[in-house]
Amino acid sequence: MTELISSGLVRGMGIGSTYALLAVGFVIIYRATGVINFAQPALMILGAYATSVFATGVGMPFPVAVLAAMAVLAAVGMATERVALRPMVGRQPFAAAMVTVGVLTVLFVVAHRLIGTQVRTVGDPWGLERASLFGVSVAQVDLAKIVVSLVAIGAVGLFLARSRLGLAMRATSMDQEVALAQGVNVGRMFSLAWGISAALAALAGMLVGTSAGGFEAITALVALKALPVIIVGGLDSIKGAVYAGLLIGIAEALTRTYQPRYAEWLGANVDVVVPYVIMIVVLAFRPYGLFGTREVERV
Amino acid sequence: MTAAPDAALAEPLLDVAGLTLRFGGTTAIRDVGFGAGEGSLLAIIGPNGAGKTSILNCLSGVYRPQEGTIRYRGEDLRGMRPDVIARLGVARMFQNIELFENLTVLDNLMLGRHRHLRYGTLAALLYGGKARRAETENRRVVEDIIDFLEIQAIRGSLVGMLPYGLKKRVELGRALAMEPTLLLLDEPVAGMNVEETEDMARFILDIRGELGVTMIMIEHEMGLVMDIADQVLVLDFGRRIALGPPAQVQRDPAVVKAYLGEAS
Repeated sequence: MTELISSGLVRGMGIGSTYALLAVGFVIIYRATGVINFAQPALMILGAYATSVFATGVGMPFPVAVLAAMAVLAAVGMATERVALRPMVGRQPFAAAMVTVGVLTVLFVVAHRLIGTQVRTVGDPWGLERASLFGVSVAQVDLAKIVVSLVAIGAVGLFLARSRLGLAMRATSMDQEVALAQGVNVGRMFSLAWGISAALAALAGMLVGTSAGGFEAITALVALKALPVIIVGGLDSIKGAVYAGLLIGIAEALTRTYQPRYAEWLGANVDVVVPYVIMIVVLAFRPYGLFGTREVERV
Repeated sequence: MTAAPDAALAEPLLDVAGLTLRFGGTTAIRDVGFGAGEGSLLAIIGPNGAGKTSILNCLSGVYRPQEGTIRYRGEDLRGMRPDVIARLGVARMFQNIELFENLTVLDNLMLGRHRHLRYGTLAALLYGGKARRAETENRRVVEDIIDFLEIQAIRGSLVGMLPYGLKKRVELGRALAMEPTLLLLDEPVAGMNVEETEDMARFILDIRGELGVTMIMIEHEMGLVMDIADQVLVLDFGRRIALGPPAQVQRDPAVVKAYLGEAS
């Protein structure tokens, strides 16, 4: 029972909420611009690096370092949009998505250079500390991941749903020309979407960097887990990103805990495959995702 | 004696001169000029393909005319971006309904308030006191418009679910939510039945009477044009063939010829 809660559910929700955070970043850019941003992994790992520099290098208090890293990455995201994606406005979303693959390559090379080959730490205060949750000992870092992610996603969700800038962003995603006729500065909405999305990626990078003793450049590939998440949840649904993120995180953790014991014949590292198995099953029955809008086209 | 105030009064809200729009070798609008005084209603009529919608597209910045000037409150709109023009107070109702079908009526109207976004991005993200007060004010304006257009019953409905006539009314509401100085209407009663047409005519007259909004309206429904327009601009093949009060334009031989052909 204890094992089920601590290394199954809580760890799973910890990882899953990080996936959710990354997935929300995808969803925001997709909703505003119709483009799937494949550069997200690079933005994430640069966010982890920035946090690491601010917290352990510069010596800022940890929360300040995290906010500073988010701000820096928001600026990187906005600059990327302005330089690489703005010229693609009006083209096929598919072409723009390919541009983001190029951006991924460029930023990833930069990240490799900056991070080097050694393992870095983000300087988080949680470490290997444990806390008691209803009498069960769980890792503090797992709780931190859940709380930080859900608070950040909640804030962004509220912004999109309630504020008029959020409304303008949604309108831009539906029809740019009509949004223009309402006086919406469409370019600014794109910029805002990339800024928010990159800031969330930075936050996710920090959370990914806390666990298993730090991060290296290749840790960026964790962000690719967000792809099955957005497909399971629905490309345009923030709610879907959260549920699907948690679902996939928990499924992964449970598999990692129990599969070697009860289904050893499946081989090693089966948990790595689990997100994609879930994705294939969902695609077969609900091709637009669990919470996605039916008409949404695929890139 | 007091020439200056008179001259200021005489200055029309909108003064278009020498407007020419070409698409490659095709000239869609050729040297068209017209004006619209504060609070007046100018109707644009003409056969299909005469360039009516192209003129509205020039005014709202969707098309960039090659020649001419579009003076609006002393500024030349030519070459400005559509969102900049919208923020200057030029609202538009499209020929084919262009609402956000996945949003509610209320959200569609709130979008019209975008140009009155008086707080910055950061304030919006934090949703502090200033942003909150501004939103309350915006909400009040939108509620007034909902009352004005008598659409209380559907305020929370998704626009995609509404019948055609109501959608047109919501689109008019969204344009009004901008609190425009100049309102461009592209066939506001197209496809409507008699009752819906009369409702729309009443709203248009109220908008002019109560709100004092200047309007430019493209319309094929001649009865409506003759009833409510102050001035009528007649286009044919991108040229202006007549401009004047409805009664005068109606008798103009060039207009009769364009509409009925050579024989008449």
